[in-house]
Amino acid sequence: MPNIRFRLNGTPTEVDADPDELLLDVLRGPLGLTGPHFGCGAGECGACRVIVGDHAVTACDAPLWSVADKDVTTLEGLGSPERPHPLQRAFIAEQAMQCGYCVAGVLMSAAALLRQNPRPTEGQVREALDRNLCRCGSQNRMVRAVLRAANEAATT
Amino acid sequence: MNSPAPTLPFSLAANPRLSSWIKFAADGKVTVSPGKVEIGQGIVTALAQIAADELDVEIGRVRMVRATTVSSPNEGVTSGSLSIQQSGRALRHACAEIRQIFLAAASERLGVEANMLQVEDGTISGPGNVRTSYWELADEVSLDRDATPGAKAKAIADRALAGQSAQRLDIPDKVFGNRRFIHDTALPDLLHGRVLRPENARARLVGLKEDTARAVPGFIAVMRDGSFAGVVCETEASATAALNALRKGATWSQGDALPDENDLAAFLKAQPVESTVIDTRTAASTAPKVRTLKRQYTRPYIAHASIAPSCAVAQWTDEDSVHVWTHSQGVYLLRNDLSLVLKLPLEKITIEHLEGAGCYGHNPADDVALDAVLLAKATAGRPVRVQWSRADEMTHGPFGAAMAIEVEADLDASGEIVEWRHSIWSNGHAARPGRGTKPTLLAGYELEQPFPIAISGNPPQANGGGGDRNSVPLYDFPAWKIESHRLLTMPVRTSALRTLGAQGNVFAIESFLDEIVAERGEDPVAFRLRHLKDERAKDVVRAAAKRASWKPAPKAGTGYGFGYSRYKNTGAYCAVVAEIEGEEDIRVKKLTLAVDVGEAINPDGVINQIEGGAIQATSWVLKERVRFDRGRITSNSWTDYPILRFSEVPEVEVEVIQRSEIDPVGAGEAAHGPVIAAIANAVFDCLGVRVRNLPITRDRLIAAMAES
Repeated sequence: MPNIRFRLNGTPTEVDADPDELLLDVLRGPLGLTGPHFGCGAGECGACRVIVGDHAVTACDAPLWSVADKDVTTLEGLGSPERPHPLQRAFIAEQAMQCGYCVAGVLMSAAALLRQNPRPTEGQVREALDRNLCRCGSQNRMVRAVLRAANEAATT
Repeated sequence: MNSPAPTLPFSLAANPRLSSWIKFAADGKVTVSPGKVEIGQGIVTALAQIAADELDVEIGRVRMVRATTVSSPNEGVTSGSLSIQQSGRALRHACAEIRQIFLAAASERLGVEANMLQVEDGTISGPGNVRTSYWELADEVSLDRDATPGAKAKAIADRALAGQSAQRLDIPDKVFGNRRFIHDTALPDLLHGRVLRPENARARLVGLKEDTARAVPGFIAVMRDGSFAGVVCETEASATAALNALRKGATWSQGDALPDENDLAAFLKAQPVESTVIDTRTAASTAPKVRTLKRQYTRPYIAHASIAPSCAVAQWTDEDSVHVWTHSQGVYLLRNDLSLVLKLPLEKITIEHLEGAGCYGHNPADDVALDAVLLAKATAGRPVRVQWSRADEMTHGPFGAAMAIEVEADLDASGEIVEWRHSIWSNGHAARPGRGTKPTLLAGYELEQPFPIAISGNPPQANGGGGDRNSVPLYDFPAWKIESHRLLTMPVRTSALRTLGAQGNVFAIESFLDEIVAERGEDPVAFRLRHLKDERAKDVVRAAAKRASWKPAPKAGTGYGFGYSRYKNTGAYCAVVAEIEGEEDIRVKKLTLAVDVGEAINPDGVINQIEGGAIQATSWVLKERVRFDRGRITSNSWTDYPILRFSEVPEVEVEVIQRSEIDPVGAGEAAHGPVIAAIANAVFDCLGVRVRNLPITRDRLIAAMAES
């Protein structure tokens, strides 16, 4: 079985696994990450979103082979308490969650949006997050947090 | 004047030992152990605020301990918007008493009168620069003593933290992807389990071919006991593969028949019931009635649909001792039921809480804990993590019960209400584990020697009731009769979902009032103010109306509606103005809410809970309905059970009326009833159509138009 190579959060990574295995299982299993979360297994809720290249994709229905030689960013690669991403700072500032389970995926969708469109309108933020589900009803806080992060990035 | 003898707060009376709540750790921290658990509502932060405030320590010194049957106070279940009321009051009292105890000890050591001492971040100091601290004194002050009534908490003006918005303690972990959820549990030699569940309701497993599952790489064990079956494997991927193989080799009985999802009222009213008169009020004399109005309202079964599937970890530490990690709302209650199923004494079962995703009531958290315990029997001591599938989460957990509600009003010659009648048909709204002599965990019904399926009951009125919750009008109608008919059959499994019956009852009451008021040509806010006697109620009604500039000038395609309730008739007050746009589909544009929870410990936390409740309620009213055919639940995915999306979420504005002098109550369930009623009333305002059967979908609008 050929090993699959990709860059995970900037680090060259090689995985010895069935290429048809799901990316989420590999990230959470042998690679030991806890940023991406399992929610539905069908690409419908977005809790598992990671950025592949420049796009947020659902890791729960993406086969491992689909990320061969690509850049994969998970929540762990977005920032750290020492060097937080503007979105992470903004989500704390806005207290933008209740349970926070969906936030891992929401942050990745938002990060992909800001890469492509650093100054989105509120409508564009909602559209970009429309394939992420939040059951607790924290959507408005999350939208405010994304706009805050965009604003902060533009003014610093 | 005699004042009543002081008593201990409810949770402290049940768990009086002070050391079970608070410990001073050697590293300069204060460990606080509430019996209530974090379910995404921010309770842990609010409790930390209360403790830090009463003890006079920085909140950064507080270490919150997750509930465990090893050492935590037994506070029953984290539900019913009671955590601030029960845990908060207990902690405030316990901390106030502990502060006094330490001040007395410090006084003795320092030779200074206790009333001359002050506490600042745990350091106790007095005149002449004498000082000590909680931690220095911790060895000589035993907290292994019972709380006594009468400890005086701080004056409101002296509270530095409670009443101020505080950042939630759990949020940093969640934005950095740290291991925080039960789903992320890492234990040495951890295995993964999956359970096989039937498609058809309560089908029995009659045959099982295991060979293909056994051939999956990483396979460890198959477990079968009657209709309960599952697999354990080395990885999640292999467990899923083995489960799929097992499913192909399974044969099931046909299962039980389900009701007609398109005529729930007829089904509910045709079942055998236990009827209870909830309340009556009779008037000495009223104006004679000249006519009677009668309406029927229904709500469907509603799914919890938590964003994460339920998960648990179990490990048998020896042949008859098991350790369980769970996101259950009640670790002690779960232990009771596990003890019944496993026929083990309580002390052989240890249960620890870990956070799950948002919890809105009795979801499958407890069920999956038993699943994990049963599967872990097959692993010779290795821990097993079991996670349900999305489909099982959407179909096999308990649902919020469907309801049919008939409301009648006798009107006098001037159109005033002289008598009001309200009758509810619904399954019970509570079948939580740990409260009876029989377990209520799903796998317990599936074993070779099964336990009987518990038909859901209703909590007593004193605890807020169940199907009848919020059925007694909050208005000053001169006479009424309120009845509840609880079904004695239960083809669809029901239990506690946020607000229990309050959502349906408030929808019915506030919708019916709106009909009567519209017919009278009276303003809905004026009518409510005229019939409410409680000033706190009037204040939220006035505040919501004022903030929303009630009532905005008519605009084509836009409607405005009002809703009010006091949750459980004893809890938080909430009034709502809904602004909607509607033609074929309804779009909620804006919700303006005013809320009074008494003392808001963490005002931003209260706003967050109210916003969340309002948005979830909008989702319920516009979209949500558990779907089934005559044999099985069919809404088993997000496609078949859609919820509100980012682009559909309304603007939500919340005003909190802060009442520091009044004991706090919870906020998590205050918004649902009034929001749903306000939206339904706005739909009428916009389209002139009354939708009395939830959810308000395009099909229901068309049906309601045809009816009227």
